[in-house]
Amino acid sequence: MSASENSGGFRIKGAGRHTPARTARFTFDGKSYTALEGDTVASALLAHGVHLVGRSFKYHRPRGILTSGPEEPNALLDVSRDAARRQPNVRATVQEVFDGAKIASQNRWPSLTFDVGGFNDVLSPFFAAGFYYKTFMWPREAWHRLYEPIIRRAAGLGEAPKEVDPDHYASRFAHCDVLIAGAGVAGLTAALSAASTGANVFLVDEQPEVGGALHYDAATTIDGQNGYDWAQSAAARLKAMPNVTLLTRTTVFGYYNHGFIGLAERVTDHMARPGRDLPRERLWQVRTKKVVIATGSIERHMVFANNDRPGIMLASAARSFLNHHGVAVGRNVGVYTAHDSAYEAAFDLKRAGVSIAAIVDCRADPGAAVLEEARALGIDVLTGHSVTDTAGRLRIKSMTVVRNGGSDTRKIKVDALLMSAGWTPSVHLFSQSRGKLRFDDSNQRFLPDIYAQNCVSVGGCNGTDDIAELIEEASAAGGGSVSVTAANRFEWTGGMIGAAEGAGPDTAVKAFVDFQHDVTAKDIRLAVREGMHSIEHIKRFTTNGMASDQGKLSNMHGLAIAAEMLGRPIPQVGLTTFRAPYTPVTYGTLVAHSRDDLFDPARKTPMHALQAAAGAEFEDVGNWKRAWYFPKRGEDMHAAVNRECRTVREIGGVFDASTLGKIEVVGPDAAQFLNLLYTNAWDTLKPGKSRYGIMTREDGFIYDDGVVGRLAEDRFHVTTTTGGAPRVLHHMEDYLQTEFPHLKVWLTSTTEQWAVIAVQGPKAREIIAPLVEGLDISNEAFPHMSVSECSVMGVPARLFRMSFTGELGFEVNVPADYGPAVWTAIRDRAEALGACLYGTETMHVLRAEKGYIIVGQDTDGTVTPEDAGLSWAVSKKKTDFVGIRGLQRPDLVRGGRKQLVGLKTKDPRDVLEEGAQIVADPNQPKPMTMLGHVTSSYWSENCGRSIAMALVAGGKARMGETLYVPMADRTIAVEVSDMVFFDKEGGRING
Amino acid sequence: MLLIHCPYCEDDRSELEFRWAGEAHIARPEAISEISDEEFAEYFFLRNNEKGLTYERWRHIHGCGRFFNAARDTVSDRFLMTYKAGLPKQPVPVADKMAATAEEKTVETWEATEGDAR
Repeated sequence: MSASENSGGFRIKGAGRHTPARTARFTFDGKSYTALEGDTVASALLAHGVHLVGRSFKYHRPRGILTSGPEEPNALLDVSRDAARRQPNVRATVQEVFDGAKIASQNRWPSLTFDVGGFNDVLSPFFAAGFYYKTFMWPREAWHRLYEPIIRRAAGLGEAPKEVDPDHYASRFAHCDVLIAGAGVAGLTAALSAASTGANVFLVDEQPEVGGALHYDAATTIDGQNGYDWAQSAAARLKAMPNVTLLTRTTVFGYYNHGFIGLAERVTDHMARPGRDLPRERLWQVRTKKVVIATGSIERHMVFANNDRPGIMLASAARSFLNHHGVAVGRNVGVYTAHDSAYEAAFDLKRAGVSIAAIVDCRADPGAAVLEEARALGIDVLTGHSVTDTAGRLRIKSMTVVRNGGSDTRKIKVDALLMSAGWTPSVHLFSQSRGKLRFDDSNQRFLPDIYAQNCVSVGGCNGTDDIAELIEEASAAGGGSVSVTAANRFEWTGGMIGAAEGAGPDTAVKAFVDFQHDVTAKDIRLAVREGMHSIEHIKRFTTNGMASDQGKLSNMHGLAIAAEMLGRPIPQVGLTTFRAPYTPVTYGTLVAHSRDDLFDPARKTPMHALQAAAGAEFEDVGNWKRAWYFPKRGEDMHAAVNRECRTVREIGGVFDASTLGKIEVVGPDAAQFLNLLYTNAWDTLKPGKSRYGIMTREDGFIYDDGVVGRLAEDRFHVTTTTGGAPRVLHHMEDYLQTEFPHLKVWLTSTTEQWAVIAVQGPKAREIIAPLVEGLDISNEAFPHMSVSECSVMGVPARLFRMSFTGELGFEVNVPADYGPAVWTAIRDRAEALGACLYGTETMHVLRAEKGYIIVGQDTDGTVTPEDAGLSWAVSKKKTDFVGIRGLQRPDLVRGGRKQLVGLKTKDPRDVLEEGAQIVADPNQPKPMTMLGHVTSSYWSENCGRSIAMALVAGGKARMGETLYVPMADRTIAVEVSDMVFFDKEGGRING
Repeated sequence: MLLIHCPYCEDDRSELEFRWAGEAHIARPEAISEISDEEFAEYFFLRNNEKGLTYERWRHIHGCGRFFNAARDTVSDRFLMTYKAGLPKQPVPVADKMAATAEEKTVETWEATEGDAR
């Protein structure tokens, strides 16, 4: 057996552009086949006479290969390299065969030739458009439990892989002067022209090689060469130019604002053994000054009864399979057309030795030139005739041909049927750019009209049919000049949109408009009869054009059928909007590097690794990873937190506070600026002292809080909540730049510059004392709320005497890089003295024991300083600060507002749930009057009981009152208390 | 993705570098503590949310960090001009306004497409 026979019995010797010796093996539904390198899955299967490749979405009808390009609605296959590298819904007409590919059909059970779902076809009178909407309405409950699961199982397309995608994807930004979408004759000419000006040019095409329509159109000559060969040499010339980037296998999928273009480059999908370093696909985000759209046009199918049998395909597709891949799509082929272009498919096949059963042309007067050529080749042409039906279960066997308007019916045996209703300009990108289309009545097509961006459409997508005109247009669009001479064999005429003879409104036949969603002409008419008068409603009711091919073949037919039913001209019925992406783009491409650790990068403190080594469990706080608790062997979280809480209060603890936001506020007007941004008074704060500050928004509600230290007259070290740092800086910048620009103040985020080690507990001073240099940290010299620059282990430091635990405490700030060394030394001292490391959970419990609030947990954007018991921090003397007026609003000063209070459960072992609602009368029938909710709740080992904080209406007036927390299984009685549960006198902090 | 002209950097930069910051030319009242509830509501809560030409604040947050003002057409999503913070409301040049209005007619909006389906 020769290589070419091996690669399929339908290969035509001497035809096609592949090398017979270069083969690739693949399997389809378990059966092994040989292909030639350069084959698509579609051409490889057709070479072996395989037309049946799938079952349709709704009726499970046998379906074949309809097109030879990205517009393919039928041949969607599952392509895999291995278990994890499996991709469903791959278009067989786009996917190149690679050695070892495992390919399977979809949407069939138990097999492609016998599919149980095919009964849907028999039952199709019940499955008209809108069937699901009308049928599965009642009972409501059944929708989730019964209807939806069954419909989903029956109607799905491919099955998504369950494994993690092992491939990687790349992403790149680029800028250029001219981006040209499509590398056919028009695109190549525009690129040559643009490149000649020295402009930075991107030429992009979705196919593996340039050439566009020249893949199938073997009759066009350019510069005295065969068109396809000219295209390859033009590409070679362009590639050699330093100012040109030529990307093939790359789809321009989106045209966005201001010349922003999305490209999806398929890097390895065609390779048998891709290098591991190669990304599978690459996303390009290109900003271009100008776009030349040279996307050509797409052939339409004819809408007639049973136009969907395997073996029925577009005429241009058959031409492409023959002229590019060297494959005949049948041995006895019929043609059904309304356009001259299909004749050329018949001519090519006939010359390749394939028998042409007949050309059936629904027009009375096709082009004279093609008619003459058909006669010369001895092809039977039936003008004024139509194909009104086909036969053949898994492959077309015959077509029924009728004289238009007459009864002269005959059956003609065929094993393939080529069809063409004419060409639809690919205006997708133009439309995405927000350009406005106009309807070209004489040719029944939408064409670019008003441009919204700096782009120009050339060639087929601009309705330019004449090749000399096309070249002139493309050359001008490139902005330079290029001399290209081209000639077609035939000038094309004709074309139709809408249903053909025998599929009109008076019939009940299945004439498919949208193959992928199984929408027939009848469905569209039904939609109009049921009251859908807008094309947008018709589209949604029938799902015409809503499949993954987005109606590239079906939109114009659907529109024409609807317009006919409505009795309105097509432009008045309108066209649905084209949206990106032009063809489906994988999630991998869009996500690119943003997955796993890079999906949402974690922020880690300088001491992260040391804490991990100490056995810390971490919790997420915003993007930060914070040490949560440090379990010792055999300890659960509860035991670890209890131990940490006890140890801090009895001896001491060390805590990583680096995540707190830090802003350096500097300048002669720094104090005045903070006076305006915080409720407190800062001009009274002396250098060397710090103070707890509250920031409100203009509306008077608490926005953030934190300790602010004054290092010098003109320098403040501001701390914010961990999550609040960016928005607080934004808020400060906003006021500084726009409301108080007269103030001389500079703001700098220093959050990541400082490592912050909190040392808390009775032995805190003893732990750090030997490490601190140049500062007396005795209670007398450095009392509570002191701050000073000093050095710690020789490292320049800022030392705060402060406490979020109610114990004697210090916070050691050292430059981030020194954090681990200083942490290690402090930890060693601490552990030698019996102190421990503690995490955020212990920090939360200890602060709650003292009634210290956490903004965002105990407040929710509707809590005033007064509500939170912090009115002492609101200056009464200042005449202005952000929030001063908001705080005076009637609702903020009325009685009975929700106020923060403590709650003690009657049974001290009960720990309330955070978020639980609070009521006064547990026996009140629902809906109960809710007084507020629990904001913080913990088991306090130090108090030997549970403690909680809650926002309760009129809370401060309810001290000692019994309230109730109704839970699903029981009601918990609680007593309202103040918020200080431990060391009420507050003496420990001054220890 | 839009290009936005930062009046401080004097360059067209990608939309990703910017953050919207609300309606422009709303000055914080001088003696804010003395204004009436109605005046406060007008200043803090009420916004015009106009269709078409709007003046708003943007911040070049991933660039120079500056707040600035922009005149934008909310229908065409076109920036008609940008200018520095602190400058009074700038009139949009007539030609730009015309262009924006002309574009408005050609641009797809919900009202123009889905809207007339109602």
